[in-house]
Amino acid sequence: MSILLSTQHLTMQFGGVVAVDDLNINIPKGEITALIGPNGAGKTTAFNVITGGYQPTNGRVIFDGAVIAENCPRSKMKRIYNGSYTEPFRHTVVNKSDVITRLGMARTFQNIRLFKDLTVFENVLIAKHCHIKAGLFAATFRLNRGEERAMSQDALSLLERVGLLESRNEKASSLPYGKQRRLEIARALATGPRLLLLDEPAAGMNPKETDELSQFIVDIKDSFGLTVFLIEHHMNLVMDISDSIYVLDYGKTIAYGTPAEVQNNERVIQAYLGVDEA
Amino acid sequence: MKKTIKKSTIYSLAAAALFLVFLYWLDANRLSQGMLISVLQKGAILALVATSMNLLNGFTGLFSLGQAGFMSIGAYTTAILIIPVRSLDGVYYMNGVHPAIMNLRLLMANSPPFLQSVYPFIALLLGGALAALIALLVGLAVLRLKSDYLAIATLGLSEIVRAIFSSPQFDQITNGSYGLNKIPNFPPMLFGLIPSLITPFIITGVSVAFIVLLINSSYGRAFKAIREDEIAAEAMGISLYKHKEMSFVISSFFSAVAGGMLAMYMRSIEAKTFSITLTYDILLIVVIGGIGSVTGSVVSAFLVTAAKEWWLRFFDQPLSLFGFQVPLFRTGFRMVIFSVLLMVVVLIYRRGLFGTNEFSWAGLIKRLRLKRPAKKEVE
Ligand SMILES: Nc1ncnc2c1ncn2[C@@H]1O[C@H](COP(=O)(O)OP(=O)(O)OP(=O)(O)O)[C@@H](O)[C@H]1O
Ligand SMILES: [Mg+2]
Repeated sequence: MSILLSTQHLTMQFGGVVAVDDLNINIPKGEITALIGPNGAGKTTAFNVITGGYQPTNGRVIFDGAVIAENCPRSKMKRIYNGSYTEPFRHTVVNKSDVITRLGMARTFQNIRLFKDLTVFENVLIAKHCHIKAGLFAATFRLNRGEERAMSQDALSLLERVGLLESRNEKASSLPYGKQRRLEIARALATGPRLLLLDEPAAGMNPKETDELSQFIVDIKDSFGLTVFLIEHHMNLVMDISDSIYVLDYGKTIAYGTPAEVQNNERVIQAYLGVDEA
Repeated sequence: MKKTIKKSTIYSLAAAALFLVFLYWLDANRLSQGMLISVLQKGAILALVATSMNLLNGFTGLFSLGQAGFMSIGAYTTAILIIPVRSLDGVYYMNGVHPAIMNLRLLMANSPPFLQSVYPFIALLLGGALAALIALLVGLAVLRLKSDYLAIATLGLSEIVRAIFSSPQFDQITNGSYGLNKIPNFPPMLFGLIPSLITPFIITGVSVAFIVLLINSSYGRAFKAIREDEIAAEAMGISLYKHKEMSFVISSFFSAVAGGMLAMYMRSIEAKTFSITLTYDILLIVVIGGIGSVTGSVVSAFLVTAAKEWWLRFFDQPLSLFGFQVPLFRTGFRMVIFSVLLMVVVLIYRRGLFGTNEFSWAGLIKRLRLKRPAKKEVE
């Protein structure tokens, strides 16, 4: 089984707070991997570092065999570095998130970030822009009619796939919450990813919607040939569809394994003690 | 679906033709319609700057305050290239013309007549290109930073350009604080088929059409995505820097073209013409029309110009009713009324006259059918 994404000793420190500490993950191609942990464990931060939102303090991110981010503590950070892994990585590799998206990694956000004032259709269509071939003038003078038509058709068929075709002309912000989440997934899919990162896709959904979402994630994974990496608090969903699970607590990885292994892990149970187990 | 598209194209063509007929009528009656012509021409010029500012502020979410600076670059470039050679010595009577300019102008004057008739347009394009180049360099420095820096950088640039244009070191090029005059009026187009009176409308029309096409293209959608949410746009693979730079360069280009037209319209320019108040005037037009609406910017440019320079003139004349001299009616009172009107408009239409809506025939017809007063427009 080949690995699509991996991190090596990935550490992210904000001021004195080590939000992600020595994270080492391997995400096999074609599988669903989950990242769980109590609030503030550093899950979203890990996503942000992997997708190029933040530059890691130390460590390396490898996507499809290529190093997409690498860094070591410098200047002031060198003095206050608090991570548990102290061997510094020597090179610096920086890629902005737009570059990483074009390499084939797309994400959704925990606190939905749609283009609120634009229509549902435009939201998806915009995500197709990143692979446009026509230049600015060609596009302005509509010399790329074929490309433009293909983009709209792809966007429409994606909307149909996620069941939002009828809402295509509505403003994104006018959609109910559950549909906004699905639109975010459709928009991420429109960039043509190989790896899809979902940050709490079921947040705010009722059990029925959550079940539908589980099914939906498995469906799109199969039909688009995706690898999925997801953060989720709904344990039913995580246990149902994940092939393997990483558990974070205070930035550190406290467990890794199959759903069954993780469920019975002492440290995991302790970390979640007192935390609502949905 | 297809039929309605066709219908709207026919309507648009008909409206454009009607307007053109009206412009030819104006041209035939230009002696009696001086005020109307002058207001419409200035409105057309400001419509182009306002639209280009809106491309940046309203559609890309970048706040720039450099319009006046880019306009002055266009205005000076155009003026230097089109002031008649025989007038040059008179214009630069204090310090003389820079020999390089004189030589270039002599070269231009000796070229075939066909070329002579397109030089004014080349001058406008060159002014635009120079502004675009400067915008590119400024963008290189500030567009990678947080968006707020652009407003400060462009404001600074605008003031620096003004200082340079009026500084004695450049006397032989910009004529320092004396400014440039004897600038020829708009050139006619198509060998006089389009009289010079109509030229600014054609230039603005073509430029605004380009901007509208751009806004509705895939790149325009990317601009809007950046306006809506930078982080999400970047996560969707849109390079923030590249697209901001595109929008900024194109906006600056058209601001400079409008600046060149302003030079032709005013016939004489000085650095003071392009102070920060000019940028504020344009910002005002954009806000009144609606940030994010090209229709709004164009309509508002004409309305604001007409109100300021024409309809409210009456308040500047002394007025006596029944032999009683009404106080307040004196030079400058018009601007007080204008400001009050502005406040009223802004209070009623919080998001500008058009919000982010654009004109469409379908919308207009719907509006006319619903005979009720359309109060709900500001949504
Ligand atoms: N930009 C930042 N600057 C400073 N501290 C940050 C920043 N982003 C995150 N943190 C801190 O890092 C820690 C981890 O936050 P993160 O959002 O990654 O948690 P999480 O696991 O996603 O939690 P939740 O389940 O609530 O979404 C928190 O203590 C948070 O305050
Ligand atoms: Mg989170």
